[in-house]
Amino acid sequence: MSAVLDSLSRFYASSIGKKILVALTGAVLVIFVLGHMIGNLLIFAGPDAINEYGHMLQTALHGGGVWIARLGLLAAVAIHILATVQLTRQNRVARHDPYRQQKPQVSSKSSRAMIWSGLTILAFIVYHLLHFTVRVGNEYNGEAYKTELHGETVHNVYKMVIDGFSWAPASIFYIIAMALLYSHLSHGVSSLFQTLGLTTHRTAPVFKTLGHAYATLILVGNCSIPVAIWLFGYGR
Amino acid sequence: MSLLNLQLKVWRQNRGQSGHFQDIEAKDIPDHASFLEMMDIVNERLIAKGEEPVAFDHDCREGICGMCSMTINGVPHGPEKATTTCQLHMRKFRTGDTIWIEPFRATAFPVIKDLVVDRGAFDRIQQAGGFVTVRTGSAPDANAILIGKEVADAAMDAAACIGCGACVAACKNASAMLFVSAKAGQLNSLPQGQPEKDRRTLAMVRQMDKEGFGNCTNHYECEAACPKEISVRWITKLNRDYAVAAVKESFVGQQERAEGGE
Repeated sequence: MSAVLDSLSRFYASSIGKKILVALTGAVLVIFVLGHMIGNLLIFAGPDAINEYGHMLQTALHGGGVWIARLGLLAAVAIHILATVQLTRQNRVARHDPYRQQKPQVSSKSSRAMIWSGLTILAFIVYHLLHFTVRVGNEYNGEAYKTELHGETVHNVYKMVIDGFSWAPASIFYIIAMALLYSHLSHGVSSLFQTLGLTTHRTAPVFKTLGHAYATLILVGNCSIPVAIWLFGYGR
Repeated sequence: MSLLNLQLKVWRQNRGQSGHFQDIEAKDIPDHASFLEMMDIVNERLIAKGEEPVAFDHDCREGICGMCSMTINGVPHGPEKATTTCQLHMRKFRTGDTIWIEPFRATAFPVIKDLVVDRGAFDRIQQAGGFVTVRTGSAPDANAILIGKEVADAAMDAAACIGCGACVAACKNASAMLFVSAKAGQLNSLPQGQPEKDRRTLAMVRQMDKEGFGNCTNHYECEAACPKEISVRWITKLNRDYAVAAVKESFVGQQERAEGGE
């Protein structure tokens, strides 16, 4: 037992071990982001579609499903951040006396700014959860945001999203956060294949293109909601 | 042949002290001189003036020993692709150019003097596992172990690493992954390297971490700076080999043995 734990803690203590955990938790979050976006796009299918979807998420497994998902995602986010912050600190120490002139030749700005795009996305996640999940500082938990669906009283997700994005500052912050998520994914998706040891000479360009395409898909899909509501008055 | 007039900004530092850039005028440099020959000319003039010459590393001067270093205008080994500093020629510069010359900067490569850094960390990583334990005795038959041409070629690509440290110098995080992955990958690819593969991979990565190199974040600046064009696919292989070795070590440990009967 303790031999296994010793080995696992040694694995986490190593540079590659931490990176593999970052890649695995990153993969979980990459898949989550896609599912989250597809669900949210139901807003364009009308109030009943998204309200039913929201109600389904809340009541799956007698209400336990959403908590299993939340705890799983929280663990993934926590490990992802803890490991990357530790790795970044080690990286700073590894060159304590920086170059006065340094010319990157092939790396993208996105790849060099992962820690900053990541931490900004963290701030966004906190705001997003307070905004639409915990619903503090707004009326979204009130009676005005209840609606009838198939004879049941459910939370009116549709009205909440429309009202939420009708306020310009919220929409602007969401769009900025999605731009940073694009930046983060454009390096992160192809990078996770490299860290997990799956990239080959032949698949490297495929993963790179796939990463950019995936990041673009998430950007366009997620931004379409605040843009449609705030700029084009969808549902207002 | 034409002569170049250059403005050098050279890093001067003594071990354990903080450094600074010194402005040095390099007049009448023949454009067919190599970068190191330019440094020789500059040093001769400094000595003639009674000043301290610039310390820099060099040995074979034909691009195979891995001794020369220097970060030139922000790029390890200078602007030419797949070229060591000693093989870089002054015809790649224009008269009037300002050239910034810095050491290979990494905490694991402490500056000894000026542009000379201590790359002993690489030797210690090699000593940790970058070898194949062979029996002593007569030379084995050359064809006793069959090796596919593709495997031999791939191992040879990794073996092209001269251990100069440009990968560390180019990396935003001063990571040594390209060097370690080439050295481990060369042996891990070959049949002779198989018996010690897991032990080697774990030992070399642990030594790398212990030396205080940074962590790879997949920017691939190392591959771009490498004078021997070592591919970052060796890093992919090291990640894979390390994961497999660590899982085996955690859950299997030593070779399972049946209980001995009385």
